[in-house]
Amino acid sequence: MGTQTILEMKNIEKEYFGNKVLKGVNLTVKPGEIHALLGENGAGKSTLMNILFGMPVIHSTGGFNGEIIFDGAPVSLKSPKEAMDLGIGMVHQEFMLIPGFTITENIKLNREITKHNPFSRVMGEKLKTLDTEQMNKDARKALDTLGIGIDEWMKVAGLPVGYMQFVEIAREIDKSNMKLLVFDEPTAVLAESEADTLLAAMKKIAASGIAILFITHRLDEVMSTADQVTILRDGELVATMKKEETTVMQLAELMVGRKVEKLGKEKKENTQQEEIIMEIRNLKVGMPGEEVKGIDLEIYQGEIIGLGGLAGQGKIGIANGIMGLYPAEGEVLLKGKKIQLNNPKASLNSHLAFVSEDRRGVGLLLDTSIELNIVITAMQAQKKFLKRFGFFDQMDGKATREHALKMIEDLDIRCRGPQQITRRLSGGNQQKVCIARALTLEPNILFVSEPTRGIDIGAKKLVLDLLVKLNRELGMTIVMTSSELGELRSICDRIAIITEGKIECILEPEASDADFGLAMAGEYKKLRSKEAVIS
Amino acid sequence: MSEMNVKIETKVIQKPDYRKKAKQILLENIVPILFIIICLIGVKLAKQPPLYILNELVARVARNSFIVLALIIPVLAGMGLNFAIVLGAMAGQIAIIAVTHWKITGLAGLLTTVLLCTPFAIIFGYLTGKLLNKTKGQEMITSMILGFFANGLYQLLFLFLVGTIIPMKNPVLVLSAGVGIKNTIDLTAVKYSLDNIFKLSMTKTMIAFGVLCVAVMIVHLAYRVFIKKSKPQNMIKYLVYTGIFAAIGTVGLMIMNTKSVYNMVLLPIVTLVVIGLLCLFNVFIVKTKLGQEFRTVGQDMHIAKVSGIHVDKVRVIAIIISTVLAAWGQIIFLQNIGTLNTYGSHEQVGMFAAAALLIGGASVTKATIGHALMGTILLHTLFIVSPQAGKNLLGSAEIGEYFRSFVAYGVIGVSLGLHAWKHQVQSKKKTS
Repeated sequence: MGTQTILEMKNIEKEYFGNKVLKGVNLTVKPGEIHALLGENGAGKSTLMNILFGMPVIHSTGGFNGEIIFDGAPVSLKSPKEAMDLGIGMVHQEFMLIPGFTITENIKLNREITKHNPFSRVMGEKLKTLDTEQMNKDARKALDTLGIGIDEWMKVAGLPVGYMQFVEIAREIDKSNMKLLVFDEPTAVLAESEADTLLAAMKKIAASGIAILFITHRLDEVMSTADQVTILRDGELVATMKKEETTVMQLAELMVGRKVEKLGKEKKENTQQEEIIMEIRNLKVGMPGEEVKGIDLEIYQGEIIGLGGLAGQGKIGIANGIMGLYPAEGEVLLKGKKIQLNNPKASLNSHLAFVSEDRRGVGLLLDTSIELNIVITAMQAQKKFLKRFGFFDQMDGKATREHALKMIEDLDIRCRGPQQITRRLSGGNQQKVCIARALTLEPNILFVSEPTRGIDIGAKKLVLDLLVKLNRELGMTIVMTSSELGELRSICDRIAIITEGKIECILEPEASDADFGLAMAGEYKKLRSKEAVIS
Repeated sequence: MSEMNVKIETKVIQKPDYRKKAKQILLENIVPILFIIICLIGVKLAKQPPLYILNELVARVARNSFIVLALIIPVLAGMGLNFAIVLGAMAGQIAIIAVTHWKITGLAGLLTTVLLCTPFAIIFGYLTGKLLNKTKGQEMITSMILGFFANGLYQLLFLFLVGTIIPMKNPVLVLSAGVGIKNTIDLTAVKYSLDNIFKLSMTKTMIAFGVLCVAVMIVHLAYRVFIKKSKPQNMIKYLVYTGIFAAIGTVGLMIMNTKSVYNMVLLPIVTLVVIGLLCLFNVFIVKTKLGQEFRTVGQDMHIAKVSGIHVDKVRVIAIIISTVLAAWGQIIFLQNIGTLNTYGSHEQVGMFAAAALLIGGASVTKATIGHALMGTILLHTLFIVSPQAGKNLLGSAEIGEYFRSFVAYGVIGVSLGLHAWKHQVQSKKKTS
């Protein structure tokens, strides 16, 4: 047929439980083209890719609207297997490699070349022997295509991360019918030189006629590699353009967009009390997936400081590290006094309180009553709400009840009473219980991670209002970590953007969209310093 | 050619940390090494004639290896130690009771038993597999508890249902009240039916084995060089193996000519051949598509699923194979013992097989044929010498008895603990 486009996704819409995550997105990819897909976390990129791959999660939540035309024919993809059969391949962000296998075995995973033996003729296909020689040859060929000099018989365990990525790619291009290859943030885990090799390999693959969909946050890679750029924001298609027609600045601006809504919070006029309450020096946290690689930060008394950035860059790790939940090193000083790291109890005793991002996992005892949830940490760490009988301390029921009732009233927790179990509460009210527990510790600093994740819009505003109220009326210092830049900009005094485990820059909430976009893409320092030199 | 390069390269890399490597090998095999030492001490203390120990050992290894080998495939498929081989043993016993009832004797009886137990074992294995798929991550404890549960049903069947619902009139088997099977059954019909087909003295076996293996090596090499025209990749390996086999043959020949007492050790050749075939089967299956799927699932279930492998199905197949092998293994065990303890023979099967495998140096994630055979030899050496050693050392044979059950359970516990500990260390390494 000589199709002009390999993939066309028309007017794709998708709802998750009444929440529209894709609002009529169009995407067109031509053969041999490198097409970059840009967007913040939650912009709908992964949902779009899940639809393309027919992931079960799409179909178990009611399917989607719209049309997919692949290679000239409309298709309805029901499972990843179908997508693979059609010739759509995916290079996963987290590697789908088996460490104990050789590179060949990984490349040929479940596509092994087999030959007959006396048993297989009788007992069926499954007992065919593996043709290791042929498999090695094929693997070699795929690796050569990528220009990688690693030996195919080596075990994947112990390979440098960069090579693992190439093994993953080799697996995809080894499939003979490959027509479209999706790269999901392939350079996120790579060092710069490795990333360059990868981008060169991508161009090679594209030159052989395979179309490439390239999901990334790094704008310079887009500029150096892509032919076309599509930008999504909040489930909407913002722009599709040729690379030549755009600039890094424009891309950054389009990615973030203006969506800030002030929460009736006027800028604090009294800037005299710039007293440092906490000093973080070279903090490193080994939280898997959210590694922090050395952060210096000063937190002022009475401010709301926001920690923003894309998922996986390390912003979540900071609070978790300070609270001793993940192995950390470095120095954290509270009012000039050192806090012992890697010891949650020490952190709690220093009157630091933490509202975890994992509300239902770490945050709450789901099958326990509201009142117990509110007092439990204070009970454990500070021995409050206890009647002391030597070894046999007992919970002080009366004091607990009084305190819980007060909290329920103060924070406006909608419930049937202090004894209701927290599992039955709505997300927003669960979050308020978490905050209530943190407040019970009478904290110096309140760490709040992703306070609005998984909460409906109305409740989001209530939670944010509550944080502002605590800050304004009680003068509480709040460190808020959030993936939603909009909400950080609406309530924070300063926002530190974290990229690759480090602080990219600290911005005022009023800073421009482009600045935020650049910071989140990790380009702020580079570009701004250049400008400074030029001007 | 590339293979040769590999060798050179790895050697170059290895040389600097040769000591480290040796240390690592020592650490990895610490369990078997420890047990070899314990066994040697036991042998010394027991002061039993070596001929007796050897005779006993041959009998026990021939009797027990098969069932230990049955554990390997589930480990390969990442399901840990399949304690539910108890169900396979039950299938074997159900068949053997039926065959004793029908009075089919000799080899015919044995073959009937094998045929009869297989469908039972397949059904039991299928159900076990289904259950284990529902409890991923807790396969070992599930299979263990499943064994206890199945034991209850087994007792119900033979204590109550036989003679009431299942009509059976056989005064030899059924209790005098007419309901329930007797506690011990004499298996005269199938006793030694496999072992006694063909027995050969140990020395002759060694000669035959040595000659056969050397012949196979040469033919294989010739096939490689002349018919397939490919260069032998690893000449040294060939030579070493051929040398070992030749040495075995020569030693056999030498002993035979010295009129030593060891000429009296008789080996049940057919049983050993059957065990050898099972080993070959295990080797074979690893090299097939199915084997690759076992390994993939064993290494990472999620990745296996994403690459289109039917994970649940593969796991069920692994358990079915294991259960069927266990049933056959129990039959081999019983034909050698000669009496069936109706309500007890199967109970400890899972425990002792697992203990043997672990003593051989296996872990819950890695097990090989070598581990299984080595473990069986060590565990049973210990069993043979420990009563006498206990008596000589402390004046009481019971101490030795205690010691061996202590060892069996202890080694399982320690091995599981070690496994968890390694896991923790690894995950810690990852984060820091």
